[in-house]
Amino acid sequence: MRYEAPSSLDQAVALLAQESGEARVLAGGTDLLVQMRTDLVDPVLLVDIKGIAETRQIKEEAGGFRIGAAVTGAELKEHAKLRSTWPGLVEAANLIGSTQVQGRATMGGNLCNGSPAADSVPALIAAGAKASIVGPKGRRDLPVEDVMLAPRKLALTKGEIIASFLLPAKPKGAGDAYLRFIPRTEMDIAVVGCGVCLTIDSGGKCTAARVSLGAVAARPLLVEPAATALIGTKIDDAALKKLDAAAQAACKPIDDKRGTKEYRIKVAGVLARRATLIALERARKG
Amino acid sequence: MAKHHVTATVNGDEVEFLCETHETLLDALRDQLGLTGTKEGCSTGDCGACSVTVDGRLVCSCLMLAVEAQGKSIGTIEGVAHGEELHPLQRKFLEHAALQCGICTPGILVAAKALLEKQPNPTETEVRYWLAGNLCRCTGYDKIIRAVMDAASEMRGA
Amino acid sequence: MQEKVKGEPGSEFEYIGTRPLRPDGVDKVTGRAKFGADLAMAGQLVGKVLRSPHPHARIRGIDTSAAEKLAGVKAVITGADFKEQPSEFIPAGEMMINYKDVVRNVMAREKALYEGHAIAAVAATSAAIAKKALALIKVDYEVLPHVIDAAEAMKPGAPILHDDMYTAGVEPAPKTPSNVAKRIEFVLGDAAAGFKQADVIIERDFLTQPVHQGYIEPHACVASVSEDGQADVWVSTQGHWVVRAHCARLLGWDIGKVRVTAAEIGGGFGGKTVVYLEPLALALSKKARRPVKMVMTREEVFRASGPTSGAHVRVRIGARKDGRIVAAEAELKYQAGAFAGSPVQPGCMCAYAPYDIENVKVVGYDVVTNRPKVAAYRAPGGPISEFAVESVIDEIAGKLGIDPIELRLKNAAKEGTKAAYGPKFGPIGMVETLEAAKAHAHWRTPLGKNQGRGVASGFWFNIGGETSVSLALNEDGTLSLTAGTPDIGGLRASLCMMAAEELKVPLDKIRVQIGDTAQLGYNFLTGGSRSTFSSGMATVEAARDVIKEACKRAAKLWELPEDAVEFNNGSVRPAGPNAGKHTPMTLKEIAGIAGKTGGPIVGYARINAHGAAPSLATHICDVEVDPETGKATVIRYTAIQDAGRAIHPSYVEGQYQGGVAQGIGWALNEEYIYGADGKLQNPGFLDYRVPVASDLPMIDTVIVEVPNPRHPYGVRGVGETPIVPPMATVANAIANATGVRFTELPMSPPKVLKALDAARASGTAKM
Repeated sequence: MRYEAPSSLDQAVALLAQESGEARVLAGGTDLLVQMRTDLVDPVLLVDIKGIAETRQIKEEAGGFRIGAAVTGAELKEHAKLRSTWPGLVEAANLIGSTQVQGRATMGGNLCNGSPAADSVPALIAAGAKASIVGPKGRRDLPVEDVMLAPRKLALTKGEIIASFLLPAKPKGAGDAYLRFIPRTEMDIAVVGCGVCLTIDSGGKCTAARVSLGAVAARPLLVEPAATALIGTKIDDAALKKLDAAAQAACKPIDDKRGTKEYRIKVAGVLARRATLIALERARKG
Repeated sequence: MAKHHVTATVNGDEVEFLCETHETLLDALRDQLGLTGTKEGCSTGDCGACSVTVDGRLVCSCLMLAVEAQGKSIGTIEGVAHGEELHPLQRKFLEHAALQCGICTPGILVAAKALLEKQPNPTETEVRYWLAGNLCRCTGYDKIIRAVMDAASEMRGA
Repeated sequence: MQEKVKGEPGSEFEYIGTRPLRPDGVDKVTGRAKFGADLAMAGQLVGKVLRSPHPHARIRGIDTSAAEKLAGVKAVITGADFKEQPSEFIPAGEMMINYKDVVRNVMAREKALYEGHAIAAVAATSAAIAKKALALIKVDYEVLPHVIDAAEAMKPGAPILHDDMYTAGVEPAPKTPSNVAKRIEFVLGDAAAGFKQADVIIERDFLTQPVHQGYIEPHACVASVSEDGQADVWVSTQGHWVVRAHCARLLGWDIGKVRVTAAEIGGGFGGKTVVYLEPLALALSKKARRPVKMVMTREEVFRASGPTSGAHVRVRIGARKDGRIVAAEAELKYQAGAFAGSPVQPGCMCAYAPYDIENVKVVGYDVVTNRPKVAAYRAPGGPISEFAVESVIDEIAGKLGIDPIELRLKNAAKEGTKAAYGPKFGPIGMVETLEAAKAHAHWRTPLGKNQGRGVASGFWFNIGGETSVSLALNEDGTLSLTAGTPDIGGLRASLCMMAAEELKVPLDKIRVQIGDTAQLGYNFLTGGSRSTFSSGMATVEAARDVIKEACKRAAKLWELPEDAVEFNNGSVRPAGPNAGKHTPMTLKEIAGIAGKTGGPIVGYARINAHGAAPSLATHICDVEVDPETGKATVIRYTAIQDAGRAIHPSYVEGQYQGGVAQGIGWALNEEYIYGADGKLQNPGFLDYRVPVASDLPMIDTVIVEVPNPRHPYGVRGVGETPIVPPMATVANAIANATGVRFTELPMSPPKVLKALDAARASGTAKM
């Protein structure tokens, strides 16, 4: 197995594009190393992107943020402005694994690992984030909800890497939140994950919303009917009830060792309500 | 396939070793450098027994390739004490009987030290959540948490 | 909050009951202590095991030729490298073993009996080469239908694992083989007649899943066999003499040729009282003529080392309306895994042991299934049966409107009570722990919304066993104490304290070590909560032996008869009429004259420690249940247990807290998850969910002391009882909070929510 540590995106892209065998991008490695050890994947080439500046930086851009795909959860938490602007997103990234895992794990890896239960993805989707992808044909931006197609299947072509994520400017009166359900308090893969970002006007009416669910379908979902249930309302009990139902209706979950179908559906509704209330409280403050 | 030649710092000392691409930092510490204080409990990042710091950041050494250690400063359990003087955490662990079999202890001490360097006045909840990635099967965590809080208090001069 | 009842620390003793630092502690907090995987021997090879991918298959042939030819491979073994063993049941701690099964479990012979069963092993110059070699071994399997549930395995037509298994304990003896290894029965009085006197009878069925001991350190050993057949093993184990005996037997070697050194052990809880890798490493080392190191991966630990049984349990209890239990029955079907030997017997024995009941009938079945062979897990069998019994007792209390602690007090076993499994109890602390629970602030604290409180008791009988200790008085008056029961959590501190108490020397003048099998006579393993009790008893005897010898030497020097010299307050001096005639001598001074008065002074004890006494406990737990997700969180826990006498209270508290944490995991989230294909789906700590630090509150403890009259310091074993009450304590708390009684473990959120929704539909839910 070869290990390469390029210092530029072009080099990284070239290495991946030219490799005929199995090649993998190495960022935090918290999924990749486990898969290699259990023989789920046997790459001939590892491309370590942590030496590439764009993947490791957090910059303010166009009123929003450009977050390097290989920035760790711990580093996201230490960025005061990012944390206060997008607390839901930063919390989501810091729910992955343990403190030790958060010291290495990245949002780029979390998304590209292709698990429907990834914790940072519903929060990225709710925030309206775009993945900035660089490949042999150049750069393109893709909404995060369009990156993952199915378990372990991404909308990236050979040689493409996610270099960074673009977070839009956060509107006034917006707030985000991410909640997940796990059987313990930490260390579990999400049984259900829910990211919510909503905006309220000065009268307390919801003018925009994005609701995303994880671990309840073949990929993280952007649930538009759930947003519709909130927009135009003051997020009263009636709206929350509709939201709950819309979240449940969007689920196409599986039975597995982490949860049953019926349980995931029910809890999706519960988390959607609870995350909405946290986002609302943040929206009111901000 | 030629091995990688890695130079790094471990507990303040310059080290060098050879490794294959697939070997982890944990493998290198234990097998190449003979530092067996860091333990292997699961190799999937779920137990924390392999905890070390890399440039001050708490990580699982089983989730890092040895080759990624190039140029980095690694901190292991062997570097927690200051020469002959035990770190307050080590002393408090002994006083509070915060270990029974001791296999998780190195990982927990490294993790707790990293916490107190970042947050010298943690609440019980903060300590528990910080250490959630360090499994202990013997103690039920009670005395561990007490020892960490007590060490924090002593280190603050409280 | 940690408290003690009876016996103030240090009041009558100088060291017993105090909390000194453990003598082996510095090595453990600095990373210096060497565990099983920490030893490397020059020239060592890496050993790896090929494991069956099938839960049940006949092995038609194994072709290792390609593996043997691979460069770097120095040895390959299969079942053919071990001799056949006749069938013979031998006691081993709290379980029985049969070498015919042991030789097959360490390496399959005719059949693969579970996914993960060892089929072959290789030793190679690197892990990568060993891995490649395994892939080159060709095994011809005839896949057979499998069965993984005990009740299914008992049905006619179930796939049969062993065609020579005819259920023992059944009259007339069966003519066809089955998966039921034995049926056992414990009877006291006449349960059928007793039930006729009952005003209320409750019968419930319970189901538990196999759970793993979950030690953080995987099995590991290094073995080295020299050309003249002398063998050395370094292994983390709970019993190195047992390892020696098993290996010698399986390999057909003289016991004396095998020397086993116990490494520090990273958790065992019963799971390291058996052998897995050691015989393989020895066989490989002999063939390769080099040391062989073998370490299990975490997946191998889950797939191929024994969890404890899952079980079907039916409990039926009848009581009068004044709360007196008049009859009790239980039927236990325990899963043994691939070979006979589940802990159904101790499960039966413990079920009703905390209570004085005249009419009891407990029937148990030991059932084999295509899963890894179970191994002992902390009070083997007890937590399962007592979970069921304590849950039904809770229901009876509710039905009769009697406080659950009062109900238990009305029926508590006391000194003189005859247990259903045979003995009459000496002094025991059941009543004391119940009274302490009743008086505890926890029992009186008001509960909040969505919260519930549960109480349950538990019993474990504890064992003694063969023990050897040596205590040498060194030339400078310090002492070297060598014991033989591996220290799994603080034993060396307690032994040091007992020796210091006897000899009246400071603790730091006694160095304690755990010796290897060549240094002492036989020592039975650390298990059955026996090490502080047995090695402690032996240490005291050895210390008294040193004192006796010291007195003899002084008598020689002073030209007095031996019985005219006594040991008092740390010195040897003339007694009685000769008092004052000679200056007292300290042990240090006696050590100085040892050579010229007869030679080195060494105290020995070689005993079969008798008089181990049961430890009783009562636990209280508060849970909060999230009504929308069914997630139960333990928010407060108090463990009250009788230690007889706590030698080192911190380590006694530690046993209570550790057992509670394991019990909570067993109650809420831990289970082996199998697919219909008979394969384990969660062989790792990600999906085998042990409690993490943020899952638990502080665990308050109360040490009750009802001294055991048969131990010099009153010690009772304490290590196992703590895991017995938690499942029922938590289940009773959840029932109190939700109005729903759970009879299936674990009580994971999907199950709780489903049951809660059903109860809401039928109007019986409390939330």
